[in-house]
Amino acid sequence: MRILIQNGHIIDPSQGMSGTGDILIEDGKIKDIKTKSREQRQKTRDDDHTERIIDAKGLIVLPGLIDMHVHLREPGFEYKETISSGTLAAVKGGFTTVCCMPNTFPVNDNASVTEFIKRKASQEGHCTVLPIGAITKGQKGEELAEIGTMKKEGCIAFSDDGHPVMNSLIMRRALEYSKAFGVPIISHCEDLTLSEDGVMNEGLLSVTLGLKGIPAEAEQIMIFRDILLAELTGGRLHIAHVSTEGSVNLIRNAKKRGVQVTAETCPHYFSITEEAVSGYNTNAKVNPPLRTKRDIEAIKEGLRDGTLDVIATDHAPHHRDEKMREFDMAPFGISGLENAVSLSLRLVREGILTMDQLVEKMTINPAEILQINKGNLKVGSDADLVIIDTDKEFAVRSDQFVSKGKNTPFEGWMTEGTPVLTVCKGKIYE
Amino acid sequence: MLKNKDLLGIKELSAEEINLVLDTAGGFKDVIGRDIKKVPALRGKTAVNLFFEPSTRTRTSFELAAKRLSMDVINFAIPMSSVVKGESLIDTALTVQALGADFIIIRHSSSGVPHLLSTKVKASIINAGDGTDEHPTQALLDAFTIREKKGKIDGLEIAIIGDIAHSRVAKSDIYCLKKLGAKVRLIGPPTLIPEKIQELGVTVFHNMEEGLKDMDVLMMLRIQMERQGKGFFPSTDEYAKNWCLTTGRLSLAKDDAIVMHPGPMNRGIEIVSEIADGPRSVILEQVTNGIAVRMAVMYLLAGVKR
Amino acid sequence: MSKELMNKKDIDRALTRMAHEIIEKNKGTGNLCLVGIQRGGVYLAKRLASNIKQTEKKDIPVGSLDIAFYRDDLNIRKEQPVVRRTEISFEVTNLKIILVDDVLFTGRSIRAAMDAVMDLGRPSAIQLSVLIDRGHRELPIKADYVGKNIPTALTETVEVQLEEEGFEDRVILKKIEDEK
Repeated sequence: MRILIQNGHIIDPSQGMSGTGDILIEDGKIKDIKTKSREQRQKTRDDDHTERIIDAKGLIVLPGLIDMHVHLREPGFEYKETISSGTLAAVKGGFTTVCCMPNTFPVNDNASVTEFIKRKASQEGHCTVLPIGAITKGQKGEELAEIGTMKKEGCIAFSDDGHPVMNSLIMRRALEYSKAFGVPIISHCEDLTLSEDGVMNEGLLSVTLGLKGIPAEAEQIMIFRDILLAELTGGRLHIAHVSTEGSVNLIRNAKKRGVQVTAETCPHYFSITEEAVSGYNTNAKVNPPLRTKRDIEAIKEGLRDGTLDVIATDHAPHHRDEKMREFDMAPFGISGLENAVSLSLRLVREGILTMDQLVEKMTINPAEILQINKGNLKVGSDADLVIIDTDKEFAVRSDQFVSKGKNTPFEGWMTEGTPVLTVCKGKIYE
Repeated sequence: MLKNKDLLGIKELSAEEINLVLDTAGGFKDVIGRDIKKVPALRGKTAVNLFFEPSTRTRTSFELAAKRLSMDVINFAIPMSSVVKGESLIDTALTVQALGADFIIIRHSSSGVPHLLSTKVKASIINAGDGTDEHPTQALLDAFTIREKKGKIDGLEIAIIGDIAHSRVAKSDIYCLKKLGAKVRLIGPPTLIPEKIQELGVTVFHNMEEGLKDMDVLMMLRIQMERQGKGFFPSTDEYAKNWCLTTGRLSLAKDDAIVMHPGPMNRGIEIVSEIADGPRSVILEQVTNGIAVRMAVMYLLAGVKR
Repeated sequence: MSKELMNKKDIDRALTRMAHEIIEKNKGTGNLCLVGIQRGGVYLAKRLASNIKQTEKKDIPVGSLDIAFYRDDLNIRKEQPVVRRTEISFEVTNLKIILVDDVLFTGRSIRAAMDAVMDLGRPSAIQLSVLIDRGHRELPIKADYVGKNIPTALTETVEVQLEEEGFEDRVILKKIEDEK
């Protein structure tokens, strides 16, 4: 099977490439890639053996995006999402590699669950699935899980996402022990004793809505602790879903000091404020919570100056009935895979990031953190790529999501730019 | 005219709407003072008390108000435990509606529940207290009582004292009294007054003696005993030493200051019996006025066209 | 389109005559009280009381009655009627009550007023006095004292304008504009 993608504007930060050109795919691998001058282009002729020629004129062609933070819910919560539906949503959103968090049932805290996820993904998945193992058994924060064994089975990082390791000694051990296997520890930074049973950002709005607030400090205290522990141990720390100004400052300073820390944020943290919660909209209930305008500005600055390395979605699908209830009792989470690209393109339009920088944050930066050969268009790599129409306008409609999770606070938003075609290991999704 | 079919909070009401409720309540106060305390205004309509949190006072007040408007009243008390396992909140509300409810009076421990249900049912939803959000009819009856006693609300100096942070009554009172032109201050320990609340245009005092000076109205709040174990204050004893309304402290307010409390009271903790039972207390009148105000709310909501 | 049916003089004369009729029918003012129906009826009740006082040299009690809670059209009106105070500072039990209203039309307001009065006590009798009777009764109700009978069409309204409300005293007949 040969596929030729012609005349697209190719951006591949891994090769410092940005220009109009062609990509030839053969047997699921990148066979050839060329950007060329205008004259050369006119001379190019179709290859007789090519089975599919895609004209990408006026479109941009990127390496398949990597989302290093998703929840696929399988095993255990198949009513929320399955590996099949979640990876299809990923592909629709332009992602060809997703890393799934371990908070399934059972928890991905041992190699047999990892093996199950990998097997399911290879049978029913639509893109590459790289599991993230739990740091501690049962995500309980008490005993380390078998990090080495799970790494062998395919886990590329470890995290107790959603159930942060409160015990500083255990966190220290995790950062130390993981060094032996070269895997990063991803920390959901939240001091649970401070956030208690908070459900939204703490501020005037939480007071007037009568909802229990989560102060920014609940995130920052833990980020500071984990940075200190990373500094102490020399372990590799990746901070998940950064949401506050203070967090960005802490990470920026740590990086200046040379601490091995990387960080991600999500589209909702640079797109909407806590105001989205008004009217008790449970689809805007997410953890960490949506913050303020000021935080959004700081997150954007963090993305711009490189403090924040990665844009991930924290795709957290939930069943409609779970969200359609008391705000206090509804689960946290936003279904994010299918409009991450359009929300992120706003950063380019606003002049915060160049297109190349944006692509880095969704391709080579996560690839480097996870040390995987993904997110590039180098000859010989998996043929993972996405073609994006940056001008296409569309309204966000959750009923058109292929994800089972329709929980989005962006319902009805008019956005610009969307993936029109994704190729995953040579398979075309359009 | 009220704009919405539901009474979700004072936040959503204009000063005109609040005054309309208070004026209308005057007529109902006359009715409940007579031998025959009932009018046929809402004959044939049905009110359902849907209480997910135990409450005797508010539920009884709504029940009497509905009955005195000649409505049929059903009490639908649901212990939280059975909701957690059983049918969803929305299913419960739809069931109540299918039973023929014109009014659903709801109390729930989660903020925003009345708002959620108001979009799902055609009946008028009346918020009888949701989480730490609002308790609008309490604020209306408080305003009615103050207006009755002081002849006005505009320009009055009013102190709300106690656990502001966890009080839906305090929130509704603040919105209501501010809209009617009162100057509102909050008094209590810093752990029970959220810092950001000052942005609502109220002043905050942590010292009771300073705070009470020259007040026209003192609105005491109930201190929940369980706050003690959670670090909001070390003991009820210490709370009382600093923030209990005593006779000595009352003398710091204006000579004609009135004392209010939404009940039930913790005597000796937030208020001493001498004051609660004394001539400055209007606490029992608040209870009576509650019926008149709730009648007015239901009467006016019945007239909102959908 | 409006037409004046009565001017100030006409109204004064009618009220004077009605006051005399009330005294005559009740053989004096013993046990008599006037209750005006909010709002127009309240002013007329006060005027009747002062007319009666001129003749009989006696004060008779006057009250005002709000009938909003007793109306039978709460479900079909565009908006809830404004609630005004019922102020009857005397026991109505065993009194003869003269209900006073400005215009008698379908009779439904009077039915509501009778129910409202009955909830206040048990009067020995209720009589009805109206400035205008415009016909079109829907209930078996008849006024005991009438200022003026005016045949009207259902497409017309009768408006009693009084000094107490800031108008010049007069009664006018209006055509109802076609309202969509």
